Amino acid sequence: MADILLALLLTAIKSVVLLVVLLICVAFILLADRKIWAAVQLRRGPNVVGPFGLLQSFADLLKFVFKEPIIPSGASKGIFLLAPLVTCILALAAWAVIPLQAGWAIADINVGVLYIFAISSLGVYGVIMAGWASNSKYPFLAALRCAAQMVSYEVSIGFVIITVLMCAGSLNLTSIVQAQDTRLGFLGWYWLPLFPMFVVFFVSALAETNRPPFDLMEAESELVAGFMVEYSSTPYMMFMLGEYVAVVTMCALTTILFLGGWLSPIPFIPFTWIPGPLWFVLKVCLVFFMFAMVKAMVPRYRYDQLMRLGWKVFLPISLFMVVVVAAVLQIFGWAPVGG
Amino acid sequence: MDFSFVFFYLFAAVLLGSAFMVVAARNPVHAVLFLILAFVNAAALFLLLSAEFLAMILIVVYVGAVAVLFLFVVMMLDVDFAELKQGFLQYLPIGALIGVLFLIELIAVASIVVTGGKIAGAPLVVNAVAQGARNVSNVKAIGDALYTTYVYYFEGAGLILLVAMIGAIVLTLHRREGVKRQSAAEQNARTKLAAVELRKVPFRQGV
Repeated sequence: MADILLALLLTAIKSVVLLVVLLICVAFILLADRKIWAAVQLRRGPNVVGPFGLLQSFADLLKFVFKEPIIPSGASKGIFLLAPLVTCILALAAWAVIPLQAGWAIADINVGVLYIFAISSLGVYGVIMAGWASNSKYPFLAALRCAAQMVSYEVSIGFVIITVLMCAGSLNLTSIVQAQDTRLGFLGWYWLPLFPMFVVFFVSALAETNRPPFDLMEAESELVAGFMVEYSSTPYMMFMLGEYVAVVTMCALTTILFLGGWLSPIPFIPFTWIPGPLWFVLKVCLVFFMFAMVKAMVPRYRYDQLMRLGWKVFLPISLFMVVVVAAVLQIFGWAPVGG
Repeated sequence: MDFSFVFFYLFAAVLLGSAFMVVAARNPVHAVLFLILAFVNAAALFLLLSAEFLAMILIVVYVGAVAVLFLFVVMMLDVDFAELKQGFLQYLPIGALIGVLFLIELIAVASIVVTGGKIAGAPLVVNAVAQGARNVSNVKAIGDALYTTYVYYFEGAGLILLVAMIGAIVLTLHRREGVKRQSAAEQNARTKLAAVELRKVPFRQGV
């Protein structure tokens, strides 16, 4: 009895520590996003609050929290307030299984990849609920578009994950990273042998998290704010937070599936002294930098182009690659045993 | 001594409550949202049985895809449920019959598991129980059962779903004449030469 309570308490403490660190990181990631975007456009970006504008996100947080939340009189109140909570909590829940180092996950479960996939597929509900509960046609239409987009790109993400699983022979995130631990260093990670899948995954991750150039649900220059039009103050902030946490989750998942997680890129002595979590964070930052550069450089897709890319280009490619990878593994006898 | 029974009663209670609310809710969208809650709790019950693969697949497939389409349809159809419930009582006997049938089947399956699979005609359940005893991860156990013993049934089910999908597409596909369509391949294949024509225009005369 006592040791079970102790284990529960320990898990709770670990979760709180993880959440605090994660949220602080997200605050700086958000700032980095704006700074990179500004730098590409030769602007300065946020530079007033704190040195180099480092505290801008915290100032924004205070501003959001102290504003009055407005609930439209025709809105379905319960669902209206539930929607941002669902988005935010689901985004944070995914981090329970992400290992920063062998054994450094709160829950090192057998089906870690599936768990993240399931959680990210639940993310649609925050959007649909918000759009419907606002009781206004513009959020509703935006929510339908956005839900269709997120569901479409999940399919190709699923197939990409399957190819990685076939190579690694496990659904456990730690084992997937360990399967990439060859003597070749960064040349042995899955981004190189599965390069087409890496590209498909990266683009699908952009679409799944509604990042530009696929931010059709928000499209702030055309649609104001899509499904979040009616939201203000803290609920709006929770959507923003959930969105950025989902982006960081996708960066972490890319790192684990394709960039060797916490492994050192050069497997020799001075580099292997650097602790694994540091490598992990650096890789996540690298992937996020790519996300941010795409946002700054690529113009927004049209909706029909988005659907075409998802269903007519990515789905056949990823399906074909599943067959090819399976055949190669079988013919050369590289298929991992166990699982 | 473990705590899982607390969670079992929690999830089971929420599951039953939300299943009741699916029928009782006045607003159809609320009903679908309760259905989703019921799915999630069913997945949690699978987790307690340490069938983690089934739990995740339940969430990915039912909650992540099927229920989203449900929600889409219900949101857009504008169904008046009060009107639908007018003739509710006349369907009660059929509903009750189906309910009783399900109950009998559930009891039958449960008794097979309890008696350790002594009853004939329950190879899958026995297989699953045996796999669990051999301490194989349940991804592997399910994969083994699906792709070796039951491969024809599995592929047959896949084929039926494919036929259903093609049927739905054929039924809804209308090829209308005279509609302007965009062809991405054609658009991408355009060159500057084909798209832009440069003309020498005489001064003050126009094209």
